[in-house]
Amino acid sequence: MTAELLVENLSLDFPLYHGSARSLKKTVIGNMTGRMGADTHHRVVVQALRDISFHLTPGDKLGLVGRNGAGKTTLLRALAGIYEPQVGRVRMQGSLNALLDPNLGMNVELTGRENIALRGHYNRLPLAAIRRLEDDVADFAELGDFIDLPVRIYSSGMIVRLGFALATAIRPQVLLMDEWFLAGDANFLEKARGRLEDLVRGAEILVLSTHLSSVIEQWCSRVIWLDQGRVRADGPVADVLAEYHAAA
Amino acid sequence: MSDTPHIFAPSASFDIAAGPSRRDMARAAREDLLLGLSMWRLCWSLALLDIKLRYRGSVIGPFWLTLSTGVMIGSMGFLYAALFHMELHKYFPFLALSIVLWNFIAALVAEACQCYILAEGLIRSVRMPITLYAGRVVLRNLLVLAHNVVVIVVVDAVTLNTPTLTWLLAIPAIMLWLLLSFAVVLLLGALCARFRDIPPIVGSVMQMAFFVSGVIWHPSQLVKYEYLLVLNPFYSMLEILRAPLLGEVPTLAVYASALGYAVLTVSLTTLLFVRVRGRIAFWV
Repeated sequence: MTAELLVENLSLDFPLYHGSARSLKKTVIGNMTGRMGADTHHRVVVQALRDISFHLTPGDKLGLVGRNGAGKTTLLRALAGIYEPQVGRVRMQGSLNALLDPNLGMNVELTGRENIALRGHYNRLPLAAIRRLEDDVADFAELGDFIDLPVRIYSSGMIVRLGFALATAIRPQVLLMDEWFLAGDANFLEKARGRLEDLVRGAEILVLSTHLSSVIEQWCSRVIWLDQGRVRADGPVADVLAEYHAAA
Repeated sequence: MSDTPHIFAPSASFDIAAGPSRRDMARAAREDLLLGLSMWRLCWSLALLDIKLRYRGSVIGPFWLTLSTGVMIGSMGFLYAALFHMELHKYFPFLALSIVLWNFIAALVAEACQCYILAEGLIRSVRMPITLYAGRVVLRNLLVLAHNVVVIVVVDAVTLNTPTLTWLLAIPAIMLWLLLSFAVVLLLGALCARFRDIPPIVGSVMQMAFFVSGVIWHPSQLVKYEYLLVLNPFYSMLEILRAPLLGEVPTLAVYASALGYAVLTVSLTTLLFVRVRGRIAFWV
């Protein structure tokens, strides 16, 4: 199947329930009395994304830039099919891996091996592939005999390596990556670089959210600048980055 | 870079259009359910690991459940048989079944409320069928139930409550229980994720239900008011499974009540799930 990522007029509101409208009482009372009805309708929402459209086909490597809170991570989550849009459409074809949370589903009480198997199941890998995943990840993360011990007792370096190895072991056609992923100490990055580049090269479509221009220049062929949930600029890397830096 | 061959992610296409018609929403819900079922292996692993984690480091592990249920039934049995003037060999099998089944219901309902809330991390970082989280809670509680069934077997053996033909009636009852368990978890999970006031309400309702549903007292003790019990869904559900295993045939009224409440719950759940499936990621 050819990979494809199509986004049409995507808008997304984020309801904030913690403030006022979350409680049952407010909603029930709000529905009963006209005065408080306004409360349920005017509940606090954050307009996270507004009218975003783009179409990515194999070979497209898209970088997302923007300030904190511009909607980069929310957009990645919408692309991953986690947040379903209220307006517009997101269509993804092919296989997908979204590197959003460094410790995705990792449970520190479980052993390394159990965590690896779980990740394999999340990705719906067949059992044989899960065995290979175990070897691959244990090898890269240098777990050795620790693989059958709870992650809780691992050194922090080991946990970072395990998380990274897990995230980069499974090769998708569409790769979504958040910037946390490029963080880490220099020593580790040196070792991780080859593996990450391999993963990125293997992906047909890449969407990468980051603050680092150098990473975008190296990996991306197109940049979208998000500002307050809207596309402020969209085009070739050099043009958009120049505009972005001029404004910043 | 490693020497092992590459592991490729299997295809997982999706197409989410906003503001879809009811039919599209129903289709998305159906796909969610089918995908959830196809991922039974993950569901099973998660449920098993949940149990393992609860008892990691303990010597007899989940059999603590069996032991504590056994001790509870053993101590309550003599007391209440005396209080209610019932014969021990009749009361013990009744109590064992009632307590074990009620513990299942109570734990299932309590964990249903936390179904999505506790899975927040997963829900927000990977697209997985929502029904999978509900399946995990049901499976986990079935595993606990399986440990407690040992108590029923022992009590039945000691009191010579041997299988009769009526035990066959337990089979359709178990099917209904499974279906209803799944529906209840989906329903409460979504409601509790949206309205955080609901879990405490559910908690107090369940506590009350324990006393009014004929768990420790025998329905026949109500004498002329026994017929009113079928208004209580907990009683009817308990009775369709408990009575056959005690060698009795539940009355038609009990069956009608159990089926009626089940149809109501499943319909309500279906309506709600179709509507809110896509919103749960925003609520947790």
